[in-house]
Amino acid sequence: MATVFQDQQLQRVNGTHAPDWLQPIRAQGSAAFAAAPWPTRKTEAWKYCSLKTLAGDSYHADIPPITAANNKDLAAAATIAGLDSYQLVLVNGQIHPELSSALALEQVVLFENANTDQQAAIAEQLANARQQSNHHLFNDLNDAVLNSGVLVTIGRNSQLDKPLQICSINTGAESAYSVNSRVLVVLETNAELTLIEQFASVSAHDDNSFTNNQTDIQIGDNARLTHYRLNRMQSASAFIGSSRIDLQRDAHYQAFHLGLGSALTRNDLVVNHNIGGSHSEISGVYVPQGSQLVDFHTCIEHAAAHCTSNEVFRGIINDQAKAVFNGRIHIHKDAQKTLAELSNKNLLLTNKAEIDTKPELEIYADDVKCAHGATVAQLDDKARFYLQSRGISEQDAQVMLSFGFINELLDALPHPVIGDWLRPLLAQRFGRAPAFTTEQVEALS
Amino acid sequence: MISISNLHAKVEDKPILKGLNLDIKPGEIHAIMGPNGAGKSTLGNVLAGRDGYEVTAGSATLNGKDILALEAEERAREGLFLAFQYPVEIPGVSNLEFLKASVDAIRAHQGKEPLDSVSFLKKAREKIKAVNLDQSFLKRGVNEGFSGGEKKRNELMQMMMLEPSLCILDETDSGLDIDALQVVAHGVNAMRDPNRSFIIVTHYQRLLDYIVPDYVHVLADGKIVKSGGKELALELEEKGYSWLESEA
Ligand SMILES: Nc1ncnc2c1ncn2[C@@H]1O[C@H](COP(=O)(O)OP(=O)(O)OP(=O)(O)O)[C@@H](O)[C@H]1O
Ligand SMILES: [Mg+2]
Repeated sequence: MATVFQDQQLQRVNGTHAPDWLQPIRAQGSAAFAAAPWPTRKTEAWKYCSLKTLAGDSYHADIPPITAANNKDLAAAATIAGLDSYQLVLVNGQIHPELSSALALEQVVLFENANTDQQAAIAEQLANARQQSNHHLFNDLNDAVLNSGVLVTIGRNSQLDKPLQICSINTGAESAYSVNSRVLVVLETNAELTLIEQFASVSAHDDNSFTNNQTDIQIGDNARLTHYRLNRMQSASAFIGSSRIDLQRDAHYQAFHLGLGSALTRNDLVVNHNIGGSHSEISGVYVPQGSQLVDFHTCIEHAAAHCTSNEVFRGIINDQAKAVFNGRIHIHKDAQKTLAELSNKNLLLTNKAEIDTKPELEIYADDVKCAHGATVAQLDDKARFYLQSRGISEQDAQVMLSFGFINELLDALPHPVIGDWLRPLLAQRFGRAPAFTTEQVEALS
Repeated sequence: MISISNLHAKVEDKPILKGLNLDIKPGEIHAIMGPNGAGKSTLGNVLAGRDGYEVTAGSATLNGKDILALEAEERAREGLFLAFQYPVEIPGVSNLEFLKASVDAIRAHQGKEPLDSVSFLKKAREKIKAVNLDQSFLKRGVNEGFSGGEKKRNELMQMMMLEPSLCILDETDSGLDIDALQVVAHGVNAMRDPNRSFIIVTHYQRLLDYIVPDYVHVLADGKIVKSGGKELALELEEKGYSWLESEA
């Protein structure tokens, strides 16, 4: 039996207008979503991820209109200091043309503006996405209400001269509402792109939106994608997102995930190594506090020989917050010579903080190297003593070391400006603003 | 400056220091030599307040204060500085942010405002140059990926920034080439001051050619077994330590 949430979301389907060519996928999504059992503690993929936030609120109010009054705040929320990028800004799920320089690019097409060929390409991708292994009911919902989205295509042997930033900003409203977000990315042979997806909030009210995101990515032969997914919505918002990546021969995928924490932040990541020679490198940081919940479910599929994957996630859980990390590596029978590594380390700052970390290894090939570690880490006593021996209090030492634990991953980002931009944001989380500006630090060379 | 009397300490239930006495007046430099495992680093760690080192008897007062009763950070704020034999690497914690926090903590204890970032950077640049390290080391994680010699120089650089009154250098010269050795010696000599004292733990007499000590002590089996002037170091270099054991 469908829940109230499902019923109300299905009513949204009838309330949204969509072009005819999207109707078949919407119908499939609707039917599947209506029939899907609501996840409970007994549903393996959602075992530790309570959806009570969604069940308790209706999320069916009208989407709040964008007012020109907060244009400045919106622009500020979308800006990554020091980064020159093409931007696509969606406010409450709707394109904000003045802030969206990327609309001028031929590589970026909104579903509603797609020509017949592009419609066919989009429809094909949408259909493929329904076949992904980790498909769940929120992917069905995404299809069901689909009426807009973004298609990014980088053609053979080409690249964008700047990173592309897709920034979804939600504003608070009187009543809770839902936003559907869909991004399709195609990198053809030898293409290259840096894609930054941000999910942020701007509001005087609590941001009480529910974002249902799905980003499907095809990386062609020898193509390279650097991908950032940064969840930095306000505390009250709910987010469920999937990013699914298909890698072809010798393709290269590098990603960084940030889960700052909110009432519900769930991210499912699937990377498919379909053909030999592809490589993926994924890192991520999550720092929930208060009573926030962050859940990362990652799945690395090795279906072909001679591929490598390397995944590192670190979390710091404060107060009575909760984090879930489920890291699956699936090495298929023919995936000989696979190198797969996964490390997940967590720091619990209080005894009410909770982490459920679960490694899942399934290996059907015999000539592979696979390392997998999931731990609840302790701060290093030697390091703490070193700081204290220099006059720093035990408590400050704890804060510095905790921040250092995740800062290591920021230091390693392929775009140092993004690390520089995130560092103060995260440092503040630990009650410690950096003493020096980026310019001051950069001057030391 | 520091007065250590009948100090006994255990590590993991094993007695290491067994009645150590040492009295250092302001402005003096004392060298401590002695065989491996004698307890030299243990003395430094006990004075600096490392967890796991249990003082079972005796006392240590720094400028009249019972330092053994203080937390490690309080001892540092009172002016004690230990340059570690094996400095730890702390990836992710910026050297610069760490030093700033340290300088400010010590200033706060002295009733001073935090140093503004511009003055701090000026001083940090000056000191890092004095130990012959590139400025870019300030941007890196604390000791992260530093070579053995670079770590030692970084210890010295911290000492210069913090301007402590008692400096304990635990084998700061080990593993250094002759140029680096001179950098260390020069740094220490430049900091020599009538109100500052040094304990220099070393295995090599050559350092003492550059840093001339007022006293040389031999620490063996948890005690000072012999003390003398700088010529004792030469004698030790020649004869080793075994003659002392037969003498004792
Ligand atoms: N944390 C510890 N746990 C167990 N034993 C320890 C520990 N620290 C020191 N010891 C022991 O205490 C003794 C003295 O060690 P210490 O490091 O003080 O010697 P040292 O004089 O500094 O030697 P070296 O010249 O080799 O540096 C050694 O036997 C050492 O193994
Ligand atoms: Mg030693």
